[in-house]
Amino acid sequence: MSSRTLSYVLAAGALVGLAALAFAVGRYPISVSEIFSVLFGQQVSPNVETVVLQVRGPRVLAALVVGAALAAAGTAYQGMFRNPLVSPDILGVSTGAALGAVLGIFLSLNVVLIQLAAFVGGLTAVGLVYFVGSRLRGHDPLLALVLTGVVIGTLLGSAIALLKYLADPYNQLPAITYWLLGSLAAITPKEILYSIPLILAGLAPMLLLRWRMNLLALPDDEARALGVDTRKLRTLIVAAATLMTAAAVAVSGIIGWVGLLIPHAARLLVGPDFGRLLPLAMLLGAAFLLAVDTLCRTIATIEVPPGVLTALIGTPFFLWLFALARRSW
Amino acid sequence: MLEVDALAFGFPGRTVGRDVSFSVAAGEVMCVLGPNGGGKTTLFRTILGLLEKHGGAVRIDGAALETLERGEIARRAGYVPQGHAAYFAYTVREFVLMGRTAHLGVFSAPGKGDLAVANRALEALGVAHLADQPVTEISGGERQLALVARALAQEPKLLVLDEPTASLDFGNQVRVLAKLASLAASGIAILFSSHDPDHAFLCARRALLLAEGRVLEIGAPREVIRADTLERMYRVSVQVLPLPGGAHTCLPAIRP
Repeated sequence: MSSRTLSYVLAAGALVGLAALAFAVGRYPISVSEIFSVLFGQQVSPNVETVVLQVRGPRVLAALVVGAALAAAGTAYQGMFRNPLVSPDILGVSTGAALGAVLGIFLSLNVVLIQLAAFVGGLTAVGLVYFVGSRLRGHDPLLALVLTGVVIGTLLGSAIALLKYLADPYNQLPAITYWLLGSLAAITPKEILYSIPLILAGLAPMLLLRWRMNLLALPDDEARALGVDTRKLRTLIVAAATLMTAAAVAVSGIIGWVGLLIPHAARLLVGPDFGRLLPLAMLLGAAFLLAVDTLCRTIATIEVPPGVLTALIGTPFFLWLFALARRSW
Repeated sequence: MLEVDALAFGFPGRTVGRDVSFSVAAGEVMCVLGPNGGGKTTLFRTILGLLEKHGGAVRIDGAALETLERGEIARRAGYVPQGHAAYFAYTVREFVLMGRTAHLGVFSAPGKGDLAVANRALEALGVAHLADQPVTEISGGERQLALVARALAQEPKLLVLDEPTASLDFGNQVRVLAKLASLAASGIAILFSSHDPDHAFLCARRALLLAEGRVLEIGAPREVIRADTLERMYRVSVQVLPLPGGAHTCLPAIRP
Protein backbone atom coordinates (compact mmCIF):
# COMPACT_ATOMS: atom_id res chain seq x y z
CA MET A 1 0.00 0.00 0.00
CA SER A 2 1.43 3.39 -0.93
CA SER A 3 1.87 6.02 1.76
CA ARG A 4 -0.89 8.05 0.07
CA THR A 5 -3.42 5.25 0.24
CA LEU A 6 -2.33 4.65 3.82
CA SER A 7 -3.14 8.28 4.64
CA TYR A 8 -6.71 7.87 3.37
CA VAL A 9 -7.19 4.59 5.20
CA LEU A 10 -5.82 5.95 8.48
CA ALA A 11 -7.89 9.13 8.21
CA ALA A 12 -11.06 7.15 7.48
CA GLY A 13 -10.26 4.75 10.32
CA ALA A 14 -9.66 7.61 12.74
CA LEU A 15 -12.95 9.13 11.68
CA VAL A 16 -14.92 5.95 12.36
CA GLY A 17 -13.16 5.43 15.69
CA LEU A 18 -13.79 9.02 16.76
CA ALA A 19 -17.44 8.78 15.74
CA ALA A 20 -17.87 5.65 17.88
CA LEU A 21 -16.14 7.42 20.76
CA ALA A 22 -18.29 10.52 20.32
CA PHE A 23 -21.45 8.43 20.57
CA ALA A 24 -20.13 6.56 23.58
CA VAL A 25 -18.79 9.23 25.92
CA GLY A 26 -20.62 11.97 27.82
CA ARG A 27 -22.96 12.37 30.77
CA TYR A 28 -24.75 9.19 29.83
CA PRO A 29 -22.13 6.62 28.78
CA ILE A 30 -23.20 4.19 26.09
CA SER A 31 -21.40 1.00 25.08
CA VAL A 32 -20.28 0.42 21.50
CA SER A 33 -22.61 -2.58 21.16
CA GLU A 34 -25.56 -0.39 22.17
CA ILE A 35 -24.59 2.18 19.53
CA PHE A 36 -24.61 -0.48 16.83
CA SER A 37 -27.92 -1.84 18.10
CA VAL A 38 -29.52 1.60 17.72
CA LEU A 39 -27.95 2.30 14.34
CA PHE A 40 -29.12 -1.05 12.98
CA GLY A 41 -32.63 -0.62 14.36
CA GLN A 42 -32.55 -3.24 17.09
CA GLN A 43 -34.48 -2.99 20.33
CA VAL A 44 -32.72 -0.99 23.08
CA SER A 45 -33.84 1.03 26.06
CA PRO A 46 -35.62 4.29 25.10
CA ASN A 47 -33.00 6.31 27.00
CA VAL A 48 -30.18 4.94 24.90
CA GLU A 49 -32.14 5.50 21.73
CA THR A 50 -32.88 9.12 22.64
CA VAL A 51 -29.26 9.89 23.51
CA VAL A 52 -27.90 8.28 20.34
CA LEU A 53 -30.47 9.53 17.85
CA GLN A 54 -31.71 12.82 19.32
CA VAL A 55 -28.82 14.16 21.41
CA ARG A 56 -25.50 12.88 20.09
CA GLY A 57 -26.48 11.90 16.54
CA PRO A 58 -27.20 15.40 15.23
CA ARG A 59 -24.14 16.74 16.99
CA VAL A 60 -21.82 14.11 15.54
CA LEU A 61 -23.29 14.66 12.09
CA ALA A 62 -22.91 18.43 12.47
CA ALA A 63 -19.25 18.09 13.46
CA LEU A 64 -18.57 15.86 10.45
CA VAL A 65 -20.40 18.11 7.99
CA VAL A 66 -19.07 21.43 9.30
CA GLY A 67 -15.51 20.11 9.68
CA ALA A 68 -15.46 18.66 6.18
CA ALA A 69 -16.97 21.81 4.66
CA LEU A 70 -14.54 24.20 6.34
CA ALA A 71 -11.57 22.01 5.37
CA ALA A 72 -12.73 21.75 1.75
CA ALA A 73 -13.25 25.49 1.43
CA GLY A 74 -9.85 26.13 3.02
CA THR A 75 -8.17 23.70 0.63
CA ALA A 76 -9.70 25.43 -2.39
CA TYR A 77 -8.77 28.89 -1.13
CA GLN A 78 -5.18 28.04 -0.22
CA GLY A 79 -4.57 26.70 -3.71
CA MET A 80 -6.34 29.53 -5.40
CA PHE A 81 -4.72 32.31 -3.41
CA ARG A 82 -1.34 30.53 -3.71
CA ASN A 83 -0.88 31.07 -0.04
CA PRO A 84 -0.83 28.51 2.73
CA LEU A 85 -1.87 31.11 5.31
CA VAL A 86 -5.27 31.63 3.77
CA SER A 87 -8.40 30.37 5.51
CA PRO A 88 -11.94 30.22 4.11
CA ASP A 89 -12.86 33.55 5.70
CA ILE A 90 -10.22 35.60 3.85
CA LEU A 91 -12.93 37.21 1.70
CA GLY A 92 -15.14 38.03 4.66
CA VAL A 93 -17.61 35.15 4.68
CA SER A 94 -17.35 34.61 8.45
CA THR A 95 -17.46 38.29 9.30
CA GLY A 96 -20.46 38.76 7.03
CA ALA A 97 -22.20 35.75 8.58
CA ALA A 98 -21.36 37.05 12.05
CA LEU A 99 -22.84 40.45 11.24
CA GLY A 100 -25.99 38.78 9.91
CA ALA A 101 -26.36 36.63 13.03
CA VAL A 102 -25.57 39.47 15.43
CA LEU A 103 -28.11 41.66 13.68
CA GLY A 104 -30.63 38.82 13.95
CA ILE A 105 -29.98 38.45 17.68
CA PHE A 106 -30.11 42.21 18.15
CA LEU A 107 -33.53 42.32 16.47
CA SER A 108 -34.62 39.37 18.65
CA LEU A 109 -35.43 37.19 15.64
CA ASN A 110 -36.07 33.47 16.09
CA VAL A 111 -33.33 30.87 15.63
CA VAL A 112 -34.20 29.96 12.06
CA LEU A 113 -34.18 33.59 10.95
CA ILE A 114 -30.88 34.22 12.74
CA GLN A 115 -29.33 31.35 10.81
CA LEU A 116 -30.81 32.60 7.59
CA ALA A 117 -29.44 36.07 8.34
CA ALA A 118 -25.99 34.56 8.97
CA PHE A 119 -26.10 32.63 5.69
CA VAL A 120 -27.25 35.65 3.68
CA GLY A 121 -24.74 37.87 5.50
CA GLY A 122 -21.87 35.59 4.52
CA LEU A 123 -22.90 35.46 0.86
CA THR A 124 -23.51 39.21 0.72
CA ALA A 125 -20.14 40.10 2.24
CA VAL A 126 -18.20 37.96 -0.24
CA GLY A 127 -20.39 39.17 -3.10
CA LEU A 128 -19.57 42.75 -2.16
CA VAL A 129 -15.85 42.02 -1.81
CA TYR A 130 -15.80 40.23 -5.15
CA PHE A 131 -17.76 42.98 -6.89
CA VAL A 132 -15.47 45.75 -5.62
CA GLY A 133 -12.24 43.73 -5.83
CA SER A 134 -12.73 42.63 -9.43
CA ARG A 135 -13.29 46.23 -10.47
CA LEU A 136 -9.89 47.35 -9.21
CA ARG A 137 -8.25 46.76 -12.59
CA GLY A 138 -4.58 47.17 -13.30
CA HIS A 139 -3.57 45.28 -10.16
CA ASP A 140 -2.90 41.64 -9.53
CA PRO A 141 -6.49 40.32 -9.38
CA LEU A 142 -5.79 38.15 -6.33
CA LEU A 143 -4.13 40.94 -4.38
CA ALA A 144 -7.05 43.25 -5.18
CA LEU A 145 -9.49 40.63 -3.86
CA VAL A 146 -7.57 39.97 -0.66
CA LEU A 147 -7.08 43.67 0.14
CA THR A 148 -10.74 44.41 -0.54
CA GLY A 149 -11.61 41.46 1.71
CA VAL A 150 -9.47 42.85 4.50
CA VAL A 151 -10.86 46.39 4.41
CA ILE A 152 -14.49 45.36 4.00
CA GLY A 153 -14.00 42.76 6.74
CA THR A 154 -12.76 45.51 9.05
CA LEU A 155 -15.79 47.64 8.21
CA LEU A 156 -18.17 44.77 8.97
CA GLY A 157 -16.21 44.09 12.17
CA SER A 158 -16.89 47.60 13.40
CA ALA A 159 -20.59 47.17 12.60
CA ILE A 160 -20.54 44.03 14.79
CA ALA A 161 -18.78 45.98 17.55
CA LEU A 162 -21.42 48.70 17.36
CA LEU A 163 -24.26 46.17 17.65
CA LYS A 164 -22.55 44.53 20.62
CA TYR A 165 -22.23 47.94 22.26
CA LEU A 166 -25.91 48.67 21.69
CA ALA A 167 -27.16 45.18 22.60
CA ASP A 168 -29.00 44.37 25.80
CA PRO A 169 -26.18 43.19 28.11
CA TYR A 170 -28.33 40.62 29.97
CA ASN A 171 -29.96 38.66 27.13
CA GLN A 172 -28.55 39.65 23.78
CA LEU A 173 -24.88 40.12 24.54
CA PRO A 174 -24.36 36.60 25.94
CA ALA A 175 -26.20 35.18 22.92
CA ILE A 176 -23.98 37.19 20.59
CA THR A 177 -20.81 36.08 22.39
CA TYR A 178 -22.02 32.49 22.32
CA TRP A 179 -22.67 32.66 18.58
CA LEU A 180 -19.33 34.32 17.81
CA LEU A 181 -17.47 31.57 19.67
CA GLY A 182 -19.27 28.88 17.71
CA SER A 183 -21.03 25.82 19.07
CA LEU A 184 -22.39 22.52 17.88
CA ALA A 185 -24.41 21.97 21.06
CA ALA A 186 -27.81 23.21 20.00
CA ILE A 187 -27.91 22.02 16.40
CA THR A 188 -31.11 20.20 15.42
CA PRO A 189 -31.33 17.49 12.73
CA LYS A 190 -33.44 19.83 10.59
CA GLU A 191 -30.70 22.49 10.44
CA ILE A 192 -28.13 19.96 9.31
CA LEU A 193 -30.50 18.64 6.67
CA TYR A 194 -30.87 22.17 5.30
CA SER A 195 -27.13 22.80 5.22
CA ILE A 196 -26.04 19.51 3.66
CA PRO A 197 -27.48 20.16 0.15
CA LEU A 198 -25.93 23.65 0.14
CA ILE A 199 -22.56 22.23 1.13
CA LEU A 200 -22.80 19.50 -1.50
CA ALA A 201 -23.69 22.14 -4.10
CA GLY A 202 -20.47 23.94 -3.20
CA LEU A 203 -18.47 20.74 -3.23
CA ALA A 204 -19.63 19.60 -6.68
CA PRO A 205 -17.69 22.15 -8.78
CA MET A 206 -14.56 21.55 -6.70
CA LEU A 207 -14.73 17.82 -7.35
CA LEU A 208 -15.58 18.21 -11.02
CA LEU A 209 -12.87 20.80 -11.67
CA ARG A 210 -10.28 19.13 -9.44
CA TRP A 211 -7.61 19.04 -12.16
CA ARG A 212 -8.07 22.65 -13.23
CA MET A 213 -7.91 23.73 -9.60
CA ASN A 214 -4.21 22.85 -9.70
CA LEU A 215 -3.60 25.40 -12.42
CA LEU A 216 -5.06 28.18 -10.28
CA ALA A 217 -1.97 27.73 -8.10
CA LEU A 218 0.19 28.92 -11.01
CA PRO A 219 0.80 32.59 -11.78
CA ASP A 220 -2.24 33.96 -13.61
CA ASP A 221 -0.48 34.39 -16.97
CA GLU A 222 0.80 30.83 -16.96
CA ALA A 223 -2.57 29.31 -16.13
CA ARG A 224 -4.19 31.31 -18.93
CA ALA A 225 -1.45 30.38 -21.40
CA LEU A 226 -2.15 26.75 -20.52
CA GLY A 227 -5.77 27.22 -21.55
CA VAL A 228 -7.62 28.04 -18.34
CA ASP A 229 -10.05 30.95 -18.15
CA THR A 230 -8.82 31.89 -14.68
CA ARG A 231 -11.35 34.66 -14.16
CA LYS A 232 -14.32 32.36 -14.72
CA LEU A 233 -12.83 29.50 -12.73
CA ARG A 234 -11.92 31.76 -9.82
CA THR A 235 -15.40 33.28 -9.69
CA LEU A 236 -16.94 29.81 -9.64
CA ILE A 237 -14.65 28.53 -6.89
CA VAL A 238 -15.13 31.64 -4.75
CA ALA A 239 -18.90 31.14 -5.10
CA ALA A 240 -18.62 27.43 -4.26
CA ALA A 241 -16.35 27.90 -1.24
CA THR A 242 -18.49 30.77 0.03
CA LEU A 243 -21.67 28.75 -0.26
CA MET A 244 -20.09 25.90 1.70
CA THR A 245 -18.63 28.09 4.40
CA ALA A 246 -21.73 30.22 4.81
CA ALA A 247 -23.93 27.12 5.09
CA ALA A 248 -21.57 25.64 7.71
CA VAL A 249 -21.03 28.82 9.70
CA ALA A 250 -24.76 29.59 9.75
CA VAL A 251 -25.44 26.46 11.82
CA SER A 252 -22.23 26.29 13.87
CA GLY A 253 -21.18 29.89 14.40
CA ILE A 254 -17.57 30.83 13.80
CA ILE A 255 -15.15 27.97 14.36
CA GLY A 256 -11.66 29.04 13.38
CA TRP A 257 -8.53 27.07 12.53
CA VAL A 258 -10.16 24.08 10.79
CA GLY A 259 -9.98 25.69 7.35
CA LEU A 260 -6.42 26.89 7.92
CA LEU A 261 -4.84 23.94 9.67
CA ILE A 262 -6.39 20.90 8.01
CA PRO A 263 -5.45 21.68 4.38
CA HIS A 264 -1.83 22.00 5.55
CA ALA A 265 -1.84 18.69 7.31
CA ALA A 266 -3.43 17.02 4.29
CA ARG A 267 -0.95 18.60 1.87
CA LEU A 268 1.89 17.32 3.99
CA LEU A 269 0.52 13.80 3.67
CA VAL A 270 -0.47 13.55 -0.01
CA GLY A 271 1.10 16.56 -1.74
CA PRO A 272 -0.60 19.53 -3.41
CA ASP A 273 -2.58 17.77 -6.19
CA PHE A 274 -6.13 19.00 -5.57
CA GLY A 275 -7.88 15.78 -6.61
CA ARG A 276 -5.98 13.83 -3.95
CA LEU A 277 -5.89 16.64 -1.41
CA LEU A 278 -9.60 17.45 -1.25
CA PRO A 279 -10.94 14.07 -0.04
CA LEU A 280 -8.22 13.71 2.58
CA ALA A 281 -8.71 17.28 3.82
CA MET A 282 -12.43 16.58 4.21
CA LEU A 283 -11.80 13.36 6.14
CA LEU A 284 -9.29 15.08 8.40
CA GLY A 285 -11.48 18.16 8.86
CA ALA A 286 -14.44 16.01 9.88
CA ALA A 287 -12.30 13.94 12.25
CA PHE A 288 -10.64 17.02 13.76
CA LEU A 289 -13.85 18.88 14.50
CA LEU A 290 -15.48 15.73 15.85
CA ALA A 291 -12.53 15.20 18.22
CA VAL A 292 -12.60 18.84 19.29
CA ASP A 293 -16.34 18.84 19.87
CA THR A 294 -16.20 15.61 21.87
CA LEU A 295 -13.49 17.15 24.05
CA CYS A 296 -15.56 20.34 24.39
CA ARG A 297 -18.46 18.52 26.00
CA THR A 298 -16.45 16.10 28.16
CA ILE A 299 -13.36 17.83 29.59
CA ALA A 300 -15.20 20.18 31.93
CA THR A 301 -18.54 20.40 33.71
CA ILE A 302 -19.52 23.28 31.42
CA GLU A 303 -19.17 23.16 27.65
CA VAL A 304 -15.99 24.68 26.27
CA PRO A 305 -16.63 26.65 23.04
CA PRO A 306 -15.05 24.71 20.15
CA GLY A 307 -13.53 27.90 18.70
CA VAL A 308 -11.42 28.20 21.85
CA LEU A 309 -10.29 24.61 21.73
CA THR A 310 -9.46 24.64 18.00
CA ALA A 311 -7.21 27.64 18.68
CA LEU A 312 -5.58 25.94 21.67
CA ILE A 313 -4.84 22.82 19.63
CA GLY A 314 -4.34 24.67 16.36
CA THR A 315 -1.62 27.10 17.42
CA PRO A 316 1.05 24.61 18.54
CA PHE A 317 0.07 22.15 15.83
CA PHE A 318 0.39 24.82 13.15
CA LEU A 319 3.81 25.91 14.41
CA TRP A 320 4.90 22.28 14.49
CA LEU A 321 3.69 21.75 10.91
CA PHE A 322 5.43 24.94 9.84
CA ALA A 323 8.73 23.76 11.34
CA LEU A 324 8.27 20.33 9.80
CA ALA A 325 7.26 21.47 6.34
CA ARG A 326 9.79 24.26 5.80
CA ARG A 327 10.24 23.29 2.22
CA SER A 328 7.05 21.85 0.87
CA TRP A 329 3.87 23.78 1.26
CA MET B 1 2.55 29.88 -38.28
CA LEU B 2 2.60 33.26 -36.56
CA GLU B 3 1.76 36.45 -38.36
CA VAL B 4 1.93 39.80 -36.61
CA ASP B 5 0.67 42.78 -38.58
CA ALA B 6 1.04 46.44 -37.54
CA LEU B 7 0.55 45.39 -33.92
CA ALA B 8 0.20 48.02 -31.22
CA PHE B 9 0.58 46.65 -27.71
CA GLY B 10 0.87 47.69 -24.09
CA PHE B 11 -0.97 47.74 -20.80
CA PRO B 12 -4.51 48.97 -20.22
CA GLY B 13 -4.35 52.70 -20.85
CA ARG B 14 -0.67 52.74 -21.86
CA THR B 15 0.63 51.76 -25.28
CA VAL B 16 4.29 50.76 -25.14
CA GLY B 17 4.85 49.62 -28.73
CA ARG B 18 3.34 50.02 -32.19
CA ASP B 19 3.77 49.15 -35.86
CA VAL B 20 5.32 45.77 -35.14
CA SER B 21 5.02 43.42 -38.11
CA PHE B 22 6.74 40.08 -38.62
CA SER B 23 6.00 36.44 -39.19
CA VAL B 24 7.51 33.17 -38.03
CA ALA B 25 7.14 30.15 -40.30
CA ALA B 26 6.86 26.53 -39.18
CA GLY B 27 10.32 25.20 -38.45
CA GLU B 28 11.82 28.67 -38.11
CA VAL B 29 13.56 30.18 -35.07
CA MET B 30 13.15 33.91 -34.54
CA CYS B 31 15.14 35.69 -31.84
CA VAL B 32 13.92 38.99 -30.40
CA LEU B 33 16.69 41.23 -29.07
CA GLY B 34 16.24 44.51 -27.28
CA PRO B 35 17.12 46.47 -24.18
CA ASN B 36 15.38 46.13 -20.81
CA GLY B 37 12.03 47.85 -20.99
CA GLY B 38 12.06 47.64 -24.80
CA GLY B 39 8.74 45.80 -24.83
CA LYS B 40 9.78 42.18 -25.48
CA THR B 41 7.72 40.62 -22.70
CA THR B 42 4.74 42.85 -23.39
CA LEU B 43 4.90 41.93 -27.08
CA PHE B 44 4.96 38.20 -26.25
CA ARG B 45 2.09 38.46 -23.79
CA THR B 46 0.03 40.31 -26.40
CA ILE B 47 0.78 37.70 -29.07
CA LEU B 48 -0.52 35.03 -26.67
CA GLY B 49 -3.66 37.00 -25.88
CA LEU B 50 -2.66 37.55 -22.25
CA LEU B 51 -2.85 41.29 -22.81
CA GLU B 52 -5.41 43.03 -25.03
CA LYS B 53 -3.83 44.32 -28.23
CA HIS B 54 -4.12 48.02 -28.86
CA GLY B 55 -4.33 47.69 -32.62
CA GLY B 56 -3.24 45.63 -35.62
CA ALA B 57 -3.62 41.89 -36.02
CA VAL B 58 -2.16 38.62 -34.73
CA ARG B 59 -2.81 35.33 -36.49
CA ILE B 60 -1.73 32.00 -35.06
CA ASP B 61 -1.87 29.07 -37.48
CA GLY B 62 -4.08 31.14 -39.76
CA ALA B 63 -6.69 32.09 -37.15
CA ALA B 64 -7.12 35.63 -35.83
CA LEU B 65 -6.18 35.74 -32.16
CA GLU B 66 -9.40 37.40 -31.02
CA THR B 67 -11.51 34.58 -32.50
CA LEU B 68 -9.70 31.93 -30.43
CA GLU B 69 -10.75 30.69 -27.00
CA ARG B 70 -8.08 30.31 -24.31
CA GLY B 71 -8.01 26.55 -24.83
CA GLU B 72 -7.62 26.93 -28.60
CA ILE B 73 -4.71 29.33 -28.13
CA ALA B 74 -3.10 26.90 -25.68
CA ARG B 75 -3.35 24.03 -28.18
CA ARG B 76 -1.61 26.16 -30.81
CA ALA B 77 0.97 28.09 -28.79
CA GLY B 78 3.09 27.09 -25.81
CA TYR B 79 4.47 29.76 -23.51
CA VAL B 80 7.60 29.66 -21.40
CA PRO B 81 7.45 32.70 -19.13
CA GLN B 82 10.40 34.51 -17.68
CA GLY B 83 11.20 32.85 -14.39
CA HIS B 84 8.63 31.01 -12.34
CA ALA B 85 7.80 31.34 -8.69
CA ALA B 86 6.82 27.94 -7.30
CA TYR B 87 4.25 28.15 -4.51
CA PHE B 88 3.38 24.54 -3.90
CA ALA B 89 5.42 21.37 -4.04
CA TYR B 90 3.96 19.78 -7.17
CA THR B 91 6.27 17.14 -8.58
CA VAL B 92 7.98 17.97 -11.85
CA ARG B 93 5.79 15.34 -13.55
CA GLU B 94 2.57 16.91 -12.22
CA PHE B 95 3.89 20.30 -13.27
CA VAL B 96 4.56 19.13 -16.82
CA LEU B 97 1.18 17.36 -16.92
CA MET B 98 -0.45 20.76 -16.43
CA GLY B 99 0.62 21.40 -20.03
CA ARG B 100 -2.02 18.85 -21.09
CA THR B 101 -4.92 20.87 -19.66
CA ALA B 102 -6.01 22.41 -22.96
CA HIS B 103 -6.31 18.91 -24.47
CA LEU B 104 -8.60 17.69 -21.67
CA GLY B 105 -12.32 18.08 -21.16
CA VAL B 106 -13.27 20.69 -18.58
CA PHE B 107 -14.05 18.06 -15.93
CA SER B 108 -11.30 15.56 -16.84
CA ALA B 109 -7.96 14.79 -15.28
CA PRO B 110 -4.96 13.69 -17.37
CA GLY B 111 -4.97 10.04 -18.39
CA LYS B 112 -2.37 7.50 -19.56
CA GLY B 113 -1.95 9.13 -22.96
CA ASP B 114 -1.30 12.50 -21.34
CA LEU B 115 1.20 10.92 -18.97
CA ALA B 116 3.04 9.47 -21.95
CA VAL B 117 3.20 12.91 -23.63
CA ALA B 118 4.49 14.46 -20.40
CA ASN B 119 7.13 11.76 -19.98
CA ARG B 120 8.29 12.25 -23.59
CA ALA B 121 8.57 16.02 -22.97
CA LEU B 122 10.61 15.39 -19.83
CA GLU B 123 12.95 13.07 -21.73
CA ALA B 124 13.27 15.50 -24.62
CA LEU B 125 14.55 18.15 -22.20
CA GLY B 126 16.77 15.68 -20.38
CA VAL B 127 15.02 16.14 -17.02
CA ALA B 128 13.24 12.79 -16.77
CA HIS B 129 15.33 11.97 -13.69
CA LEU B 130 13.69 14.90 -11.88
CA ALA B 131 10.13 13.70 -12.54
CA ASP B 132 9.33 12.85 -8.92
CA GLN B 133 11.11 15.83 -7.34
CA PRO B 134 9.04 18.76 -6.07
CA VAL B 135 9.38 21.84 -8.32
CA THR B 136 10.14 23.84 -5.19
CA GLU B 137 13.31 21.84 -4.60
CA ILE B 138 15.05 21.86 -7.97
CA SER B 139 17.47 24.52 -9.17
CA GLY B 140 16.42 27.55 -11.19
CA GLY B 141 17.97 26.06 -14.31
CA GLU B 142 16.19 22.76 -13.85
CA ARG B 143 12.91 24.59 -13.32
CA GLN B 144 13.49 26.46 -16.58
CA LEU B 145 13.89 23.12 -18.37
CA ALA B 146 10.71 21.85 -16.67
CA LEU B 147 8.88 24.96 -17.93
CA VAL B 148 10.02 24.21 -21.49
CA ALA B 149 8.92 20.59 -21.02
CA ARG B 150 5.51 21.78 -19.83
CA ALA B 151 5.14 23.98 -22.93
CA LEU B 152 6.15 20.99 -25.11
CA ALA B 153 3.48 18.88 -23.43
CA GLN B 154 0.96 21.32 -24.91
CA GLU B 155 2.04 19.87 -28.30
CA PRO B 156 2.08 23.37 -29.74
CA LYS B 157 2.81 24.47 -33.29
CA LEU B 158 4.33 27.68 -31.98
CA LEU B 159 6.56 28.01 -28.94
CA VAL B 160 7.03 31.44 -27.36
CA LEU B 161 9.89 31.63 -24.86
CA ASP B 162 10.59 34.76 -22.83
CA GLU B 163 14.32 34.81 -22.07
CA PRO B 164 14.57 31.04 -21.72
CA THR B 165 18.31 31.30 -21.01
CA ALA B 166 18.12 33.88 -18.23
CA SER B 167 19.23 32.39 -14.89
CA LEU B 168 20.87 29.42 -16.63
CA ASP B 169 24.55 28.55 -16.38
CA PHE B 170 26.66 28.58 -19.54
CA GLY B 171 26.20 24.88 -20.26
CA ASN B 172 22.42 24.94 -19.72
CA GLN B 173 22.15 28.02 -21.94
CA VAL B 174 23.81 26.16 -24.78
CA ARG B 175 21.69 23.06 -24.12
CA VAL B 176 18.45 25.07 -24.23
CA LEU B 177 19.49 26.80 -27.47
CA ALA B 178 20.41 23.45 -29.02
CA LYS B 179 17.01 22.15 -27.93
CA LEU B 180 15.29 25.10 -29.63
CA ALA B 181 17.16 24.35 -32.84
CA SER B 182 16.16 20.68 -32.76
CA LEU B 183 12.53 21.51 -31.91
CA ALA B 184 12.43 23.82 -34.91
CA ALA B 185 13.85 21.02 -37.02
CA SER B 186 10.82 18.96 -35.98
CA GLY B 187 8.55 21.63 -37.48
CA ILE B 188 7.66 23.88 -34.54
CA ALA B 189 7.81 27.65 -35.05
CA ILE B 190 9.90 29.24 -32.31
CA LEU B 191 9.90 32.81 -31.05
CA PHE B 192 12.27 33.58 -28.20
CA SER B 193 13.88 36.59 -26.61
CA SER B 194 17.38 36.93 -25.26
CA HIS B 195 19.76 39.47 -23.84
CA ASP B 196 22.72 37.93 -25.64
CA PRO B 197 23.03 38.73 -29.39
CA ASP B 198 25.28 35.67 -29.75
CA HIS B 199 22.20 33.51 -29.08
CA ALA B 200 20.67 34.80 -32.30
CA PHE B 201 23.86 33.92 -34.17
CA LEU B 202 23.86 30.46 -32.59
CA CYS B 203 20.38 29.21 -33.36
CA ALA B 204 18.08 31.77 -35.02
CA ARG B 205 17.30 32.02 -38.70
CA ARG B 206 16.15 35.59 -38.21
CA ALA B 207 16.50 38.27 -35.54
CA LEU B 208 14.11 41.07 -34.62
CA LEU B 209 15.62 44.11 -32.93
CA LEU B 210 13.04 45.78 -30.70
CA ALA B 211 13.75 49.12 -29.07
CA GLU B 212 11.26 51.48 -27.47
CA GLY B 213 8.43 49.32 -28.69
CA ARG B 214 9.33 49.56 -32.36
CA VAL B 215 11.09 47.27 -34.81
CA LEU B 216 14.57 48.62 -35.42
CA GLU B 217 15.57 45.95 -37.90
CA ILE B 218 14.48 42.49 -38.85
CA GLY B 219 16.37 39.93 -40.90
CA ALA B 220 19.12 37.33 -40.89
CA PRO B 221 21.22 37.72 -37.71
CA ARG B 222 24.37 38.36 -39.72
CA GLU B 223 22.72 41.25 -41.54
CA VAL B 224 20.93 43.02 -38.70
CA ILE B 225 23.23 42.41 -35.73
CA ARG B 226 25.89 44.98 -36.43
CA ALA B 227 28.03 47.27 -34.31
CA ASP B 228 25.83 50.26 -35.17
CA THR B 229 22.48 48.58 -34.43
CA LEU B 230 23.74 47.13 -31.14
CA GLU B 231 25.13 50.52 -30.10
CA ARG B 232 21.82 52.15 -30.91
CA MET B 233 19.88 49.61 -28.85
CA TYR B 234 22.13 49.14 -25.86
CA ARG B 235 24.20 52.38 -25.86
CA VAL B 236 27.51 50.57 -25.45
CA SER B 237 30.35 49.97 -27.90
CA VAL B 238 30.34 46.52 -29.45
CA GLN B 239 32.45 44.79 -32.06
CA VAL B 240 30.84 42.10 -34.18
CA LEU B 241 33.64 39.75 -35.17
CA PRO B 242 33.67 37.05 -37.84
CA LEU B 243 35.03 33.73 -36.68
CA PRO B 244 36.78 31.05 -38.69
CA GLY B 245 34.14 28.79 -40.23
CA GLY B 246 31.69 31.61 -40.98
CA ALA B 247 30.25 32.16 -37.49
CA HIS B 248 30.05 35.55 -35.77
CA THR B 249 30.33 36.75 -32.21
CA CYS B 250 29.74 40.02 -30.36
CA LEU B 251 32.40 41.48 -28.13
CA PRO B 252 31.66 44.57 -26.07
CA ALA B 253 34.44 47.09 -25.66
CA ILE B 254 35.09 48.54 -22.23
CA ARG B 255 37.00 51.79 -22.17
CA PRO B 256 38.22 52.63 -18.72
